[in-house]
Amino acid sequence: MVAPVFRNRILPYLLLLPSAALVLVFFIYPAVQSLELSLYRVHRVRGVKLYVGLENFERLFTSTTYLNSLEVTAKFVVAVVFFALAISLALAVGASQPIRGFGAYRTLLIWTYALSPAIAGLIWALLTDPAIGVLTGALSKFGIDFNWRRSQSDALIFITAAAVWKILGYNILFFLAGLKNIPRDVIEAASLDGANAWTRFWKMIFPLLMPVTLFLLIMNTLYASFETFGLIDITTQGGPGRATNVLVYNLYNDGFKSTTGIGLASAQSIILLGIVATLTVFQYRFVSRRTFYQ
Amino acid sequence: MSAITTSSTVRQEVRTGATRQRLYPVVMHLVMAGAVFLVTFPLIYAFILSTQSTHLGTLVPGSALIENYQDAWRQANMGLLMRNTLIVALSVAVGKIILAILGAYALIYFRVRGGMAILGLIMLTHLLPLPVRIVPTYELLTDLGWVNTFQGLTVPFFASATGLLLFQQFFRTVPTDLADAARVDGAGPFRFLLSILVPISRTNIGALFLIEFVYMWNQYLWPLLVANSDQTRQIQIGIKLLVATDAVIDWGTVMAGALMAIVPPLIVLLVLQRSLMAGLTTATDDV
Repeated sequence: MVAPVFRNRILPYLLLLPSAALVLVFFIYPAVQSLELSLYRVHRVRGVKLYVGLENFERLFTSTTYLNSLEVTAKFVVAVVFFALAISLALAVGASQPIRGFGAYRTLLIWTYALSPAIAGLIWALLTDPAIGVLTGALSKFGIDFNWRRSQSDALIFITAAAVWKILGYNILFFLAGLKNIPRDVIEAASLDGANAWTRFWKMIFPLLMPVTLFLLIMNTLYASFETFGLIDITTQGGPGRATNVLVYNLYNDGFKSTTGIGLASAQSIILLGIVATLTVFQYRFVSRRTFYQ
Repeated sequence: MSAITTSSTVRQEVRTGATRQRLYPVVMHLVMAGAVFLVTFPLIYAFILSTQSTHLGTLVPGSALIENYQDAWRQANMGLLMRNTLIVALSVAVGKIILAILGAYALIYFRVRGGMAILGLIMLTHLLPLPVRIVPTYELLTDLGWVNTFQGLTVPFFASATGLLLFQQFFRTVPTDLADAARVDGAGPFRFLLSILVPISRTNIGALFLIEFVYMWNQYLWPLLVANSDQTRQIQIGIKLLVATDAVIDWGTVMAGALMAIVPPLIVLLVLQRSLMAGLTTATDDV
């Protein structure tokens, strides 16, 4: 800890004031209102507000739509996190091999970081378009009929693939940074070349990457849960049926496409808050401690 | 690199080991080039599509390149979209950097009573992503009269816990002597901040600028709700409107639009990726 250098009673508070004020106005205040509204039944047009206690939560947990949305989100998030971490770890380890010319791969693999989820979705929508997609065409040669506009399971696979693709760059960037922090002799001793490369990787390199991996586990979970709205809105719009109706998409429809859904949407916000809080506790418990003391 | 062996046929082992060592980089180059191709293929395909007006979806580039990009530019009003999004991405990136530097500076270089509480308050933003407070935030914006304004698109994003932590962490590694010397020389807190601390923070500034610029450029849900006028519409929503049409979608044009929308964040990434990498390499010790 650095000892304070400058003495001034007021200045530091003035410096912190804008940030603190913005957090209070645009984060804390609306969040508290979410909590309050979650206990009300609200009619947007008529402006009627009726206290109903936990009714909104009861309605959600007995609604097949919401339960389905929870299930879809769980499947989607688990799949995205697993494949995104596995693929990016493999690519980062490959690209970090001390071989001449490999610097180029490091640059060429992180570019998807610049993509938006919406555009990633659009590109994959065309890649796997039932009529003109080159990937669908290739799959049909193997007798696989892939149609995300019609098949519910295909739709989930489709949004998962697009979401994974988009986040690869981010993950590879962090894995590369993590690998760069590992002493060179360890990397060389654990070179993918030679016998037992697999075992040596898991025994020597992977434990050292644990802090980055856990950090990315949290970040990818948040990404898949909260940042993929655009991907879904621009492609499947929650369908076919409700196959890709993830929690945030469901919340958006209740909160902004229905005149009576404000209370219901706010209750969904509070449930999301619960999920984020759990993740954050997990992060502080395991991720930070490991990173600080390793 | 060491090919240790206890086998009796040491010579043969050494020889195959040598061949392996020569072959290994070649094989790895092939593997990685293949991987790069797979990761980039969707983008290449998007580009091929953006040149086609007939026979869509074949891997042969068509002849409608210029036509598609012109159409996309005109239909989506791309110049205006780029301007609008640039205003938002630049203001938020710069605003966040300034607020984060000021906050971290206060916490590290001054005695702040209740500093931990204020830090905790700002850290709460991590707990409250937009969907957790979306309905009330939208209503707040309506009450402020900020719908379809640049304030509405930018101000709610100015606070940055990530940036604050990033700079706090960096300022801790700056030797105290530096500030002491500056003070002895008669430099006030702002002189020290501007002429010493900010210049040596440029790697972190670059890293945060990249993260925030890309983040804002790719915003979707918030602009969808609060920016529906031509004068404020953001680029992701502009691309959505190319698809959300009742007419038959011209995919060549859509892809041309999508590819144009990728260019600015890609440029920022290319220019600043070294900063980000350096920032991460020093920061991942306690992300």
